[in-house]
Amino acid sequence: MSTKLATANQPMISISNVSKFFGDFRALDDVSLTVDRGEVLMIVGPSGSGKSTLLRCINYLEVPDAGEIIIDGKHVTPKEIDGKFVRLKERGLNAIRAEVGMVFQRFELFPHLTVLENICLAQQKVRKSSRSESEKVARGLLEKVGIPEQANKYPPKLSGGQQQRVAIARSLAMQPKVILFDEPTSALDPEMINEVLDVMLTLASEGMTMVVVSHEMGFARKAAHQVVFMDGGTIVEQGTPDQVFGAPQHERTKLFLSRILH
Amino acid sequence: MAADLPPSTSLKPPTKKRFNWRTFPWWLVAIGLIIAYMGFRIISDPVYTRIFETILTGLGATLMVTVISFICALILGLLLGLGRVSRNVLIRNLSIGYIEFIRGVPILVLIFTISFAIVPALSNGLGLNASNVSLTVRAIIALVLIYAAYIAEIFRAGIESISRGQMEAARSLGLTHGQAMRYVILPQAFRNVLPALGNDLIAILKDSSLVSVLGVREITQVSRLSVSSSFKYEETYFILTAFYLTMTLVLSLLLQWLQRKMSSNVH
Repeated sequence: MSTKLATANQPMISISNVSKFFGDFRALDDVSLTVDRGEVLMIVGPSGSGKSTLLRCINYLEVPDAGEIIIDGKHVTPKEIDGKFVRLKERGLNAIRAEVGMVFQRFELFPHLTVLENICLAQQKVRKSSRSESEKVARGLLEKVGIPEQANKYPPKLSGGQQQRVAIARSLAMQPKVILFDEPTSALDPEMINEVLDVMLTLASEGMTMVVVSHEMGFARKAAHQVVFMDGGTIVEQGTPDQVFGAPQHERTKLFLSRILH
Repeated sequence: MAADLPPSTSLKPPTKKRFNWRTFPWWLVAIGLIIAYMGFRIISDPVYTRIFETILTGLGATLMVTVISFICALILGLLLGLGRVSRNVLIRNLSIGYIEFIRGVPILVLIFTISFAIVPALSNGLGLNASNVSLTVRAIIALVLIYAAYIAEIFRAGIESISRGQMEAARSLGLTHGQAMRYVILPQAFRNVLPALGNDLIAILKDSSLVSVLGVREITQVSRLSVSSSFKYEETYFILTAFYLTMTLVLSLLLQWLQRKMSSNVH
């Protein structure tokens, strides 16, 4: 009961002291971060810096070796009760994942299902909504991302930009509290990047909580509230886009930015 | 600008396929001729006609054993294949153990072992009389237990051919592991393994000849029985060969046609 009162103030995502190893390789080293409701957090950094791993830990696609992740007050990582760590049951984990959307670099649409069926599948199987209801939601979302005419096509027939917009619509169909974007534009042809970024900007302006791993500076300047620069599995620098991009404090950040900004 | 271009029809490649002797399936013509020659002999030569009619009496048994075994092996093979990639240690090890056991023993030996050792032992264990289990049923049980292991490996390969991202995308939407398998992974895996499953259907058709050792009166057994009294080895075994060749060739062409049709429908 007491948690209910606190909900409004507590962060949407709270990550504390998370570490992750792949064998001997330390992918994440004691990372702590909070994302507030409606905040757009941008994670930048060189490849292998742990930014994708961090994103994948948030919805437990990757299991952190240490630390705590709490989404909207719910523990994703094992929760300490009376001195014992209790793992979240599979069902609870599925429920959290249903509320955390994820958009992948390679879209990962289901190629054997039509665009409409892609957006309806989880609504029907997870939320148990009816066929007509879920299709209504799906068509509305396709309208929102600007490709209502593609509803009955199969994903491989669509351009990369269209596929990524379907992928965003698919995650929106679950009415997520937060959406994680894992390099959503890096597999796209240059002329298709903006159509995806426009959809993301709309979501940001509507107050969606977003964690975006990307190097799109334009998007960062327009929409991001907070920018995190990661390297070697740790957070090197953190601040507003103007602070991190305009006046970076650390040498590694300066070096990285000079390389990607030319 | 467009008006300056020559008429577009002249730029189109010729629609009629030209005969290409390099890619023409000469082998098919050769095998077709052999089968046609056997057909001619069967029609024209009364000895061949009689043997053909004798072997024909076993065709029903061959087809029945093949079809029932294949369908049951598909179901059991899918379950074993899922067990093979299961995250449950016990289920995974039981599945791998079974598959490796079966694949490590010759099919002919397994047919004997299953029919004359495992089936009787199991029926005794269940308090049934093993002699009530007909040889045809034993033959089918044996082929199912054997081919399920081979088909399980096909399904495993099919499941593993689907990129990890598909499972992750499904899970990130809140689907359970089982739902992701059923609605996302398996439909794609199934499409990928159809050619391999077709090959196993042909293989099981050919291996149904092995159950002649149990005395099941399928075409091979009927031929052997016929030869033992007629001594017409040459005629009988040529006709028997033509039987299998015709069936496997027709199946193979049918499967190729199906595959082409499916890949042209690919989305």
